Amino acid sequence: MAAPSSPVEFRVSPVDAVALEQRAADLGTRSLKKAAKVQGLKLAIAMMDLTTLEGMDSPGKVRQLCQKAKRPLPARADVPSCAAVCVYPDLVPVAAEALRGSTVQVASVATGFPAGRTDRATKLREVELAVAAGATEIDMVIDRGAFLSGRYGVVYDEIVAVKQACGAAHLKVILETGELKTYDNVRRACRIALLGGADFLKTSTGKVQPASTPPVVLLMLETVRDWFLETGNTVGVKAAGGIRTAKDALKYLVLVAETCGDRWMVPQWFRFGASSLLTDVAMQLEKERTGRYQRAFDFSAD
Amino acid sequence: MAKTKNEATTEGARELTFGGVWNYAPSLEAVDHVTIAKRHDLFVGGEWVKPKSGQWFPTIDPATEAVLSEVAQANDKDVDAAVKAAAKAFPAWSRLSGEDRARFLFRIARILLERAREFAVLETLDNGKPIKETRDVDVPLAAQHFFHHAGWADKLDLLFPGQSPRPLGVVGQVIPWNFPLLMAAWTIAPALAAGNTVVLKPAETSPLTALRLCEVFQQAGLPPGVVNVVTGDGKTGAALVRHPGLAKVAFTGSTEVGKEIQRAVAGRMVELTLELGGKAAHLVFEDAALDQAVEGVVRGIFFNQGHVCCAGSRLLVQESVHDLLVEKLVRRMQRIRVGNPLDKNTDMGAIHSAAQLARIRELCDDGEQNGCTKLQAVCELPSKGHWFPPTMFTGVSMSHRIAREEVFGPVLSVLTFRTPEEAVEKANNTSYGLSAGIWTDKGARILWLAERMKAGVVWNNTFNRFDAASPFGGMKESGFGREGGRQGMRAYVRLAGGLLPG
Repeated sequence: MAAPSSPVEFRVSPVDAVALEQRAADLGTRSLKKAAKVQGLKLAIAMMDLTTLEGMDSPGKVRQLCQKAKRPLPARADVPSCAAVCVYPDLVPVAAEALRGSTVQVASVATGFPAGRTDRATKLREVELAVAAGATEIDMVIDRGAFLSGRYGVVYDEIVAVKQACGAAHLKVILETGELKTYDNVRRACRIALLGGADFLKTSTGKVQPASTPPVVLLMLETVRDWFLETGNTVGVKAAGGIRTAKDALKYLVLVAETCGDRWMVPQWFRFGASSLLTDVAMQLEKERTGRYQRAFDFSAD
Repeated sequence: MAKTKNEATTEGARELTFGGVWNYAPSLEAVDHVTIAKRHDLFVGGEWVKPKSGQWFPTIDPATEAVLSEVAQANDKDVDAAVKAAAKAFPAWSRLSGEDRARFLFRIARILLERAREFAVLETLDNGKPIKETRDVDVPLAAQHFFHHAGWADKLDLLFPGQSPRPLGVVGQVIPWNFPLLMAAWTIAPALAAGNTVVLKPAETSPLTALRLCEVFQQAGLPPGVVNVVTGDGKTGAALVRHPGLAKVAFTGSTEVGKEIQRAVAGRMVELTLELGGKAAHLVFEDAALDQAVEGVVRGIFFNQGHVCCAGSRLLVQESVHDLLVEKLVRRMQRIRVGNPLDKNTDMGAIHSAAQLARIRELCDDGEQNGCTKLQAVCELPSKGHWFPPTMFTGVSMSHRIAREEVFGPVLSVLTFRTPEEAVEKANNTSYGLSAGIWTDKGARILWLAERMKAGVVWNNTFNRFDAASPFGGMKESGFGREGGRQGMRAYVRLAGGLLPG
């Protein structure tokens, strides 16, 4: 069911690396205090795709993560649930079961994650199975080999096909920016994904360094902002990989707030993909509440 | 603080809104660690001395109009005493080895950094510029100038091989109010590195950081008289540049005053460098990285409230991308956070003085009355103090006053061009020649344009970037001489066969 090879124009305007990084660094100096900090931290939790993508993942581990996603700080009713739990396809049924009745979405990586080096039919089948098992969000990887060899049409066609296989499930397109290397490449990959029907642009698998960086996310935010102004369609951005501290999360939120604005300041249109970030955000929230840092063992280790 | 609704552009459903979900709480820099004396005397011969004039005048915080302190009004006799103190200090200072002079400069730089927060706060209070800029630009860059020039002090023979570089003598420096500490640093540091002694006249409206710098000189053990600071109004500056004891005058400020100074030193054995006004152009081509060009243009004109001699006040944009660029700029301009300069999230602070605000208003009114379209960020401005929102004019032609005269405020004039030749012609069609910015992705075009810009500084795909190693200065009515780098050192030495005898 592959879509016909596309004649779509994938040209994009250039990106100046020095100035982009400068702008991201400038926004990184915003000072967030008191109410703004607390609100930002809670929002970061609500935007979090709590993730476990390891060979050693088990049903038990996934169930624990799901519980944590539903009630990140069990003693605090004012702290929201996470946006989603993100797992490998075979654990989708476990997550779907554990999250039934909650607002937390079931996200699954698919399409031969993380390398994507498998044939198209297998990728599509994987997506269909994950959706059938209860995944409401699919995180696909683009074919970087095709992209870097200039076969943009192949990348585009695959996104179109995966989008179709997703059905009602939301499609997040992982660009794996750490392998695209240049900002110009990132912008072109964004363009291809937008044209291909992505609901979300996602930076990284988390398996490649560098993963998410502020300049890359700023660039992706500019791209979805311009896409919205061009077409009226809102596409989300997911910063994933390497975001470990509350301070980092707030810096990303600043990028969203000052680049795209209110429309993207909701879990529907901005996400963090992270495994260890939640604990630091929770610690900061408790510090804001009590005025003191709590002991690490006071927070759940899942 | 930037208001969140009523955007300057409205485009129905596709419009972006900002600040409706998440607002930054005030994040004020502490000021209690900075004590400001009620009254400041003159710094002459390493000591604080009362002005012979017996007069003091107030200096205010432009953001609140509160009086911060009183500073001395130096008269002819005070200036004479300062020049004599500098002349007395000159023989010993100039005979010190370069290595020993370097020691003092390094020490000054280190102390300045140790006291960085204090200087940043004081500069913000006295000048009105945001703490973000004093903290991240003014103070670190001022320290960098001392560090950089410390390195030259013992390498003058390498800088000017075979030319026997010698210090000039007593240098009179008159500096402006827009970068009070930085200008003091970047004129004093090369002068001292070369073995000169200095009499500095800070701007009337922003003297406090230069005076506090004298404390740093004392702390560093700088010999008395090597640097003297006389405060006052234009009369003090005039007395200084006319003083017969000077070997060199360095002036940074308006072209008008620069011309007066040039007349005043004519016919005397006095070296002169002038760093004057500007009306810099950004040249944005259709192939430029537009989002980054927007940031550069914003930095170019709204940095330091536009009180920058090299501000990119004219935006020359290729007609094919005019509408898109203007749309992006208007949206970005609305995001600039205007307000309390002590808030760490403030992007643009207060206009420095009532006089400057009147000048900005006059030129903006002229633009409006003559058919230009004014686009202005919607801001809630504080009720006290001097404020002006980020502003841009479209539909500007080269014959409008806002395209010709230096506004020295947060006002951008947008003009268009069709070909590279036309861009060059328009960019150079000004009496000034301080800086220019080229925005294109095409390497060959960058070189072609840079060669043709009649400007002392040409930035490519960036703007308003400064470094102590990079010479800064103008052409045409923007002045002559350079500050910073090897070229900057040239203005503070006499070479074999130079102007002065002996």
